[in-house]
Amino acid sequence: MSSWQIIQQSLPLFEKGFVLTLWLSLIGIIGSIIVGLICSLLKYFQVPVLGKIAAIYVEISRNTPLLVQLFFLYYAFPVFGFKLNAEMCGIVGLIFLGGSYMAEGFNGGFDGVSKTQVETGKAIGLSRLQLARYVVFPQGFTLSVPALAANMIFLIKETSIFTVIAIPELTNTALDLIGMYYRSNEYLFMLVVGYAIILIPLSIILTILEKRVRYGSFGN
Amino acid sequence: MAKEIVKVEHLEKFYQKRHVLHDINFSVNEGEVVALLGPSGSGKSTLIRCLNGLEPYQQGEVTFNGEKIVPTEKNWQKIRQKIGMVFQSYDLFPNLTVLDNILLGPVKVQHQSKEAATASAEKLLDQVGLREYENAYPRQLSGGQKQRIAIVRALALNPELMLFDEVTASLDPEMVRGVLNIISNLAQDSNMTMIVVTHEMNFAQQIADRVLFLEDGKILEQTKGSQFFEQPQTDRAKAFLDSMDF
Repeated sequence: MSSWQIIQQSLPLFEKGFVLTLWLSLIGIIGSIIVGLICSLLKYFQVPVLGKIAAIYVEISRNTPLLVQLFFLYYAFPVFGFKLNAEMCGIVGLIFLGGSYMAEGFNGGFDGVSKTQVETGKAIGLSRLQLARYVVFPQGFTLSVPALAANMIFLIKETSIFTVIAIPELTNTALDLIGMYYRSNEYLFMLVVGYAIILIPLSIILTILEKRVRYGSFGN
Repeated sequence: MAKEIVKVEHLEKFYQKRHVLHDINFSVNEGEVVALLGPSGSGKSTLIRCLNGLEPYQQGEVTFNGEKIVPTEKNWQKIRQKIGMVFQSYDLFPNLTVLDNILLGPVKVQHQSKEAATASAEKLLDQVGLREYENAYPRQLSGGQKQRIAIVRALALNPELMLFDEVTASLDPEMVRGVLNIISNLAQDSNMTMIVVTHEMNFAQQIADRVLFLEDGKILEQTKGSQFFEQPQTDRAKAFLDSMDF
């Protein structure tokens, strides 16, 4: 069979893998942003107990590989009586990892708002909450956009590790096909194309977004 | 007797072990303009920042309008509405328009109606000649314009005391005059009580009713403005004035 035929035949399988990668990434990113924002707010407002818990979570999550986290969820949790299917494990793992990265991204943005801005806000009598709402958060969010964008791309690429818990996403699809038909060139080519279709447009959109928010917020 | 707006008694401040303000005592009466002068690092800015709680102090008492301040963040937050402060770095909020910068305090902190606050904000903008910029963003303004807006923002709260912390230090020479004129007018026409940290000796001489001369965190002398520049009491102040070109 010619390369072209191999590729054509594998298209339906790659399409399924593509959709799954996209879908898992989307849920993972949204979940990570929510978790990250919550952790970051707990830190910003120095919430007792919960703030500490969030800080511990961030350290654990950032300092362990996704691979290990997934093994833990997939193989160790059932021992304690929590059984999740592979896709749920993947999503939970991705959010567990991404949450801390997003939290750090938000923290970086909030910390990046200059001390003099905060003092000026205090000097006109703003409360801590008002200061956050009108001064620190609007500026901090725009400052955190580049970090958040980088994290999104990082998380999409991390979904390739789902292959170890047998989720039939893009990478798993390619590896499976190679294992069955020994046509690595064609399948690896398809794999690269699959990720490129997701990542290149996203990367362009995020770059434009970064430029826009930068223009919108700086120049005091 | 004139009403005492601020009184500072035995104020001591440390940064860790470094003693930066030593036994500071002074008071400012209503309508009085006090200039804090002294060499760099003498504690002028630190002192002025203690007066609205931006810097904590370890000992001593600050009385504002006859009320001794219990220095908690919550108390300071209430008192800051009555004390306007303008900084060297102007720090307009870049995410808000000029008008929204000015309205933030009156509307959100003092709960004035938006209409009333806007009307008085526009009046103040007229006075500093920047009414046409009310919908501009800070990045569209020059340094001098920003600093004038920052003064308007502080005045919009109807403060009983204004603190100016080296407000012309980062401006182009050309812009300095405009900003200083606004402050002078404020002293003369509105009879505003002010404490001014500045390196502009001409300006200080022109507006200060009284001068506090600081060095190494101590008040070396408190003299009437007119007298300080003619006949300072201490040799240190004399040397300081001689070194200044004015």
